[in-house]
Amino acid sequence: MMEIGLSHYLVVSAVLFCLGILALATRRNAVLMLMGIEFILNSANINLIAFSHYQGLNLEGHVFALFVIILAAAEAAVALAIVLHVYRMNNTVDADRISRLKE
Amino acid sequence: MTADTLLTLVLIILFIPLFSFALLLAFGKRLPRNGDTIATGLMFLNLGLALAVLYGVYALPETPAIHGFSLTPIQMNFQWVDFHTTITVFGNTIPLQIELGILIDRLVAIMLVVVTLITAVVHLFSIGYMHGDPKYHRFFAYLGVFAFSMLGIVITNNLLLMYAAWELVGLSSYLLIGFWYEKPRPGYAATKAFLMNRVGDIGMWTGIMILFTSYGTFRFDEIFAHIAAGHLPFGSEAWLTAAGILIFMGAIGKSAQFPLHTWLPDAMEGPTPVSALIHAATMVAAGVYLVARTFPMMSGGALIVIASIGTITAFVAATIAIVQNDIKKVLAYSTVSQLGYMILALGVGAFTAGFFHLVTHAMFKACLFLGSGSVIHGMHHGLHKIHDHDTDAQDIRNMGGLAKKMPVTFATFLIATLAISGVPLFSGFLSKDEILAGAWAFGGLRGELAVIVPWVGFFVAALTAFYMFRVVILTFLGESKRPDIYEHVHESPMTMKIPIIVLATLSIFIFFSFNPFSGPSGWFVKSLPAPATVTGGNWYQFAHGEATHGEVTQGEASHGAATDVAVEGEESVHGESMTDEGVAVVANPSQEAFEHAVHESHIPAMITSLILALSGIGLAFLVYRRRMIDPDRVAARVAPLHRFLLNKWYFDEIYEDWVVVPGVHLISRMMRWFDTYVIDGAVNGVASLTTWQSRLSGLFDKWVVDGAVNGAAYVVGFFGILLRKTQTGKIQAYIAFLLAGVVVLFYVFR
Repeated sequence: MMEIGLSHYLVVSAVLFCLGILALATRRNAVLMLMGIEFILNSANINLIAFSHYQGLNLEGHVFALFVIILAAAEAAVALAIVLHVYRMNNTVDADRISRLKE
Repeated sequence: MTADTLLTLVLIILFIPLFSFALLLAFGKRLPRNGDTIATGLMFLNLGLALAVLYGVYALPETPAIHGFSLTPIQMNFQWVDFHTTITVFGNTIPLQIELGILIDRLVAIMLVVVTLITAVVHLFSIGYMHGDPKYHRFFAYLGVFAFSMLGIVITNNLLLMYAAWELVGLSSYLLIGFWYEKPRPGYAATKAFLMNRVGDIGMWTGIMILFTSYGTFRFDEIFAHIAAGHLPFGSEAWLTAAGILIFMGAIGKSAQFPLHTWLPDAMEGPTPVSALIHAATMVAAGVYLVARTFPMMSGGALIVIASIGTITAFVAATIAIVQNDIKKVLAYSTVSQLGYMILALGVGAFTAGFFHLVTHAMFKACLFLGSGSVIHGMHHGLHKIHDHDTDAQDIRNMGGLAKKMPVTFATFLIATLAISGVPLFSGFLSKDEILAGAWAFGGLRGELAVIVPWVGFFVAALTAFYMFRVVILTFLGESKRPDIYEHVHESPMTMKIPIIVLATLSIFIFFSFNPFSGPSGWFVKSLPAPATVTGGNWYQFAHGEATHGEVTQGEASHGAATDVAVEGEESVHGESMTDEGVAVVANPSQEAFEHAVHESHIPAMITSLILALSGIGLAFLVYRRRMIDPDRVAARVAPLHRFLLNKWYFDEIYEDWVVVPGVHLISRMMRWFDTYVIDGAVNGVASLTTWQSRLSGLFDKWVVDGAVNGAAYVVGFFGILLRKTQTGKIQAYIAFLLAGVVVLFYVFR
């Protein structure tokens, strides 16, 4: 049984990132795509904290992660509000079908 | 006076009229009295200087004559153009350069006095005659430039400068004849005079060029020396004769000789003082002067042509003068006739007589013209008073009885008429008698057809007396035909009387010879012997004369034998003997024989001419005063002849139909061709070039410029169409691109 090291965190983060991208790329539902974005942001957070932890013990990475969480919260709020409005106007949140601005 | 003083004086004389011209042209209107007193004063100053030169030249000690000049020539030369190359002239290599210069000899001195005298009195006369003319100052300016050019002709010692002055005279006569250019006829007359002079000048220039190409010089003395040395142009006598005749063509034009005489009567459209200056004394005398100057180089052949032209002119003009009714036209034709006399005299070899007649004629003919000017002035005044503007003031049929109204004019006019008619005690008698003696001698020596020359000469003398007295009688004597005009005619003012009095006085014999019956004994003829001809054996050969006039003096006898052999004659002329003799007056044996014959025929010629002149005068009195023969009935009886003469032998019509109209037709056709093919061609060519150029430019625009613009647009559009496919609006697609981009970047920046 090996020691849990930086690489493990990075792998988890990478998997999380890939899942987020996959969600973004494959899901048509706007809410699910937002969830994918949250995945991506959190994978980045994991990276920040992991690097912060393993590369000298200063708290810069933690602070950064906190900012990201706050930003993510704000982004989620705004994005959900947009999604709600989109739903009201189009009766759907399917990204493929919201194409009124095209052309 | 030294030679230098004389040269300086002559240069001053030359440039004073030019100064007067420039002054009057520039400041004429601002000068007091429009500058007439200044111009006149300058001319009288000029006359004084010319008299001083005359005195100076005659006071010079007699020196050996240079070839072909009258006695004691002074020359000053300066180099004008140097071509920096050499030419070979008859074996001598000389630098090719053009020298100009001044020549003063007795001929020049006398001409200077004649020209300045006539110019001065004409200036004075013009003050009265031209009074009130709107271009008053310009008239005096033109007189100035005319005097300048005429003096230029007189004082040059080379043909080039003479030709330049010759053309200047043509120009200034054009300005003066066409002085009243606002009227159509003077303008036409001026153009005619100018163009007819050009015809003669073409010949003159060709002649000058023949001499220049042969001898490489324009100077008289050098040309004469070459000919005297036996150097003929292009090695042929014919060329020498041709050169002489061609140079004489200039004189035909300027001196109004047949067949170019028609300009002079038309030139009477100019103001009368101009007629006196140009057409009596100076410009027309230039032609005679030219022949006198070039006399030594005139070969026998050329002289024959000159004599013939002179004879024809004298006869034709005299016959026309009989029937003319315009007082100035009569004088004009009489001038042409008298010029014919002078040319005739030079042609037969009577050099001195011809030049003598030039001088005396200048005086009395200027007097006649100015007198006619005075008459016309009076008539104008009368016509003005009765408000008649249609009657011709110059028509002698409207005159008559003017002697009582204009006594001074009448007296002077009569004196001049007596002079021109050849009545003893007047100058014309002396000179005309000399000419007739020369013609007589010529006819006698040559025999055959040459006797026509003296016959015509005598006949013309009678005609001259007749038509001049016809004018005098119709103008001044008898009853006036128009009493209404006559009433208002009055004598001319002082400024017009003085010139005619001066000129009439100078028409009296005393100024030329103390013996009224013998010209040759006077100072004039004695001081101006004929220059020795340099043409040697090419001169007249009076072989018959030698035989008939057996009495050859001892000195001549040796030469006389040689006359029939041209080569020997040449030797005797051109040998050293001539320069050794000092004043070689007449060196050619034929010339000597001629002089002798002239001397012989002097008395018979004088008696004949006297009888003829008096009978001419008598006939005029019988016809026009006593009315014993009605001139109108005579005219009616010979109506065709009368019409022929009245129409001036139809010269103008012939020129009009045969020269002017075909010439204009030809020129207009050439012009039309030029217009159609050259001008239009150029215009159309430029137009089609422009069309082609614009077509090309259009193509360039369409394909290159527009092509670039459209191509850019097309390319942009093409890629737009291509790339818009990626703009699906599908987020997933964008994310896929983004990922692809990241992957690519990952590989690129690995």
